[in-house]
Amino acid sequence: MAVADSHDTHDDHHDLYDHGEFIAHHFDSAEQQFDSGKLGIWLFLVTEILFFSGLFVAYTLYRTNHPEVFEQAHVFLNKYLGGLNTIVLLFSSLTMALGVRSAQLGRNKNCSVYILITMVCATMFLGVKAVEYSHKWDMGILVRSSFDLTYTHPTPTTEIGKSLHISDYLVYLCIVPALLFAGFVVASAISKLINKNMLAKFLMAMAITVSGYFLGVCIGIIFMSATDAETGSSHASVIAEQPLMLLASTQDDHSDGDHDEADHDKADHDKAAGDPSHDGEHSDNEEHFGAHPADGGEASFDDHHPDPSTLDRDIGIFFSIYYCMTGLHAIHIIGGIIALGWLYWRSLLGHWRTDYFGPVDYVGLYWHLVDLIWIYLFPLLYLID
Amino acid sequence: MVDANTRQKLFGTPETNFLNCSKGWKSWAFTLDHKRIGIMYLIGVTVALFLAGIFALVLRSHLFTFDSTMLSDDMYNQMFTLHGAVMVFSFIIPSIPAALGNIVLPMMLGAKDVAFPRMNLASFYLWIIGTGCLLGAILSGKGLDTGWTFYTPYSIDTNTGVIYATFGAFILGFSSIFTGLNFLVTVNTMRAKDQGWFKLPLFVWSLYATAIIQVLATPVLGITLLMLIAEKTLHIGIFDPKYGGDPVLFQHFFWFYSHPAVYIMILPAMGVISELISVYSQKRIFGYSFIAFSSVAIALLGFLVWGHHMFTSGQSLVVTLIFSAITFTVAIPSAVKVFNWLATLYKGSILLNTPMCYALSFIFLFGIGGLTGLFLGALSTDIHLHDTYFVVAHFHFVMVGGTLTALLGGVFHWWPKIWGRMYNDFLGRVGCFLVFSGFNLTFFPQFVMGSRGMPRRYASYDPEFQAFHQLSTVGAFVLGIGILLSFVVLVYAAFRGPRCSSNPFRAASLEWQSSSPPDFHNFIQTPVLTDPYDFESQVYDEELDTYIPREFANPDKVAPRKEPVHH
Ligand code: HEM
Ligand SMILES: [Cu+2]
Repeated sequence: MAVADSHDTHDDHHDLYDHGEFIAHHFDSAEQQFDSGKLGIWLFLVTEILFFSGLFVAYTLYRTNHPEVFEQAHVFLNKYLGGLNTIVLLFSSLTMALGVRSAQLGRNKNCSVYILITMVCATMFLGVKAVEYSHKWDMGILVRSSFDLTYTHPTPTTEIGKSLHISDYLVYLCIVPALLFAGFVVASAISKLINKNMLAKFLMAMAITVSGYFLGVCIGIIFMSATDAETGSSHASVIAEQPLMLLASTQDDHSDGDHDEADHDKADHDKAAGDPSHDGEHSDNEEHFGAHPADGGEASFDDHHPDPSTLDRDIGIFFSIYYCMTGLHAIHIIGGIIALGWLYWRSLLGHWRTDYFGPVDYVGLYWHLVDLIWIYLFPLLYLID
Repeated sequence: MVDANTRQKLFGTPETNFLNCSKGWKSWAFTLDHKRIGIMYLIGVTVALFLAGIFALVLRSHLFTFDSTMLSDDMYNQMFTLHGAVMVFSFIIPSIPAALGNIVLPMMLGAKDVAFPRMNLASFYLWIIGTGCLLGAILSGKGLDTGWTFYTPYSIDTNTGVIYATFGAFILGFSSIFTGLNFLVTVNTMRAKDQGWFKLPLFVWSLYATAIIQVLATPVLGITLLMLIAEKTLHIGIFDPKYGGDPVLFQHFFWFYSHPAVYIMILPAMGVISELISVYSQKRIFGYSFIAFSSVAIALLGFLVWGHHMFTSGQSLVVTLIFSAITFTVAIPSAVKVFNWLATLYKGSILLNTPMCYALSFIFLFGIGGLTGLFLGALSTDIHLHDTYFVVAHFHFVMVGGTLTALLGGVFHWWPKIWGRMYNDFLGRVGCFLVFSGFNLTFFPQFVMGSRGMPRRYASYDPEFQAFHQLSTVGAFVLGIGILLSFVVLVYAAFRGPRCSSNPFRAASLEWQSSSPPDFHNFIQTPVLTDPYDFESQVYDEELDTYIPREFANPDKVAPRKEPVHH
């Protein structure tokens, strides 16, 4: 509480500010407080949408300029995993809505259960995402500058990776959740021992929440191998359709890509010195941006596109956008989980009453927005054709 | 009617007030009181102003001679970048809303606090962290040399502290969003009973319009800076032409925020001026609804003109024409305000005290700043003037001549309310005179230089410009002395000034119905709703030597109304 709140003159006009338990001193009524919170959260959601809008604009721009790249690139995304995550999030929105309803009715126990389910869904989503990310990193599908597509999956080197036949990256992505899980379980046990039952319950729920992540990882791996044939064949079809592109991708990244990354100043210097390859790259690049979308289409690619490496570069941009968008979204999911954890704690304390349930309502709205953003990301990234 | 005792209690000098109701540094660091947060913000932005001001004086000293060797070229670049970045992101954007607005806005609504006090405090701490990161660019030893605009591709290639600085600006963006969001909700839900939208003081309208921009534009800057950071660290290829990215896209994103941001800077200033002009003319503001709606119009139109910063960056001709045309329309609501202020002055009983001197300076300087904006918005002239000192002069006339002047005016106006003490008006006016004349001496020659082709952001220049630069440098020091003097006058007044009454200026907006300094809860008793521009609603009370609402006055002594109430 604010230090300033406790000052002495407060008592003078106490009757004027005779408030219920959860009404902050500066509000006149529960209603005013609720309305303020509601308007506040809606405005916050507006800022969130605008925050993502920058990325959507970048997406639209690059997609209109290079539609072919988007068509080629999206086959590397597994739409079954994406679809699975969509369903998980939709379901979590449902449980969230039920949680809000229970809070409105003052049913704290139900509310806590629904919130727990929502949190588990959220971590499941992250688990599936981890499978997707690690698979891509294995194949060298990275952001533009480090994009280095290979079809061989490197053999795992970590012990766990070897024994479970999973990607090293996935193992790394599981370290923090594993530590969290262990931490929560131990902390829960300790609180139980010192008779802090409420805290023990809360920490246990957090452990369950984190375990959702591993559930997601498992389901993700199963889905992935089940649909492997499918995705494998689509990789293959790309190879068949566009041999040039793949050739370019490997070439570019071994000769030019490293060079770009290693030494910017040198690149500039080379350019000034009239290095032909760089001049080519720069002018080419300008042409690319000025070009009408049709110019950059398949036909020109096969027949008279001067430098196939441009296409490869743009495929990398698709994944740059993909990682920015889904990464930012994942950060929002994590933020959501923290907020939900706080709600869970307050439900355990039995804070919600028919006249006081604002926080659940607000976090619920936020959660629906995060869900909604995914509903846009999924078709835009995964379902391009 | 209330008895003398109650009057004394409500409007006399209080024993306990928000300044002394609790003590110790914790009672400030963790306060949720909007007035204390506002004061902390005021201190913060003052520090930023002085810091960036020192950079400016160093720059101006360097430019005193055309072949100066005071700074190396690199140092020069770093100086102007830090000057600009700190001034824009840490000083001018939070200055009026977060410092003055924070203190005054809830009181103008008769509320006890802003809607979200914790968020308000968080905003202040984000300001500290953000400013820290921005300055971290210097502390890291790398500096920053991109200019405050962080234009790609240079910002990607340079190995100075762009990441620190952009991260700082990102955090400062959130600080600004928090303030804006808070104000929007506060104005919507916490107005006094029966206080309709058209009974709000115009300062509130302008803060509301500002808050709309803060909430709608700042997130775009946030994501842009994040993408820039990603570009610099991971090379994602969205802005970097080396990887197929589009550097001009960065400019679009940047100005999509930063043009509206110039209205974040000027709209609150216009709000302050509306208050000052009306109070110190003791005359109802002319064209209330025009001023109110012109704020909103500026806020909305401001989103459609960002391309006027990019006339020479390679936009299509059609787009350029459209941006130019809309830029002209933005000048209309600005001019509407200026004419309304002038009409308010007409036949008013004008009190030429310090705040009013600042207000009049504002009208003059903003007039020049706004009109030269039109030169820049016109395509043919902008091709010539773009990136010259003409642009530098233009935006300093609006930002310093406009916003800083209004900030000083506003601070002088509300200072007695905040501290319950009066400043030395004579020295205040001397300060104002120094600021005004120093400012003109600094920046007027820059118009001339710019139109003759002196490019901006250069560490050296042709000898023919030396005389102008020297005038400018001298002016900058005069301006600096003026600001310093005002600062001394204010600080002295806050601690040693003579006690003043609750409403020494006969202002009618609600914040003057509290004691000076106000109570922790702002008002001991719910204030009576008065029309903020009906000065007849306030009558002089001899015992307390102050103006109080008619409703509270002793009926035997009240002079009858001179003019009828109108709404
Ligand atoms: C009356 C309306 C205004 C118009 C028509 C206008 C127009 C313009 C134009 C066309 C430019 C671009 C010049 C160029 O780079 O070639 C410009 C630059 C600028 N204006 Fe304004 N302006 C107006 C008001 C303001 C206000 C109120 C502010 C701030 C308080 C402001 C701040 C700036 C800044 C900071 C720049 C330069 C940014 C940079 O390149 O670093 N302007 N203005
Ligand atoms: Cu602009």
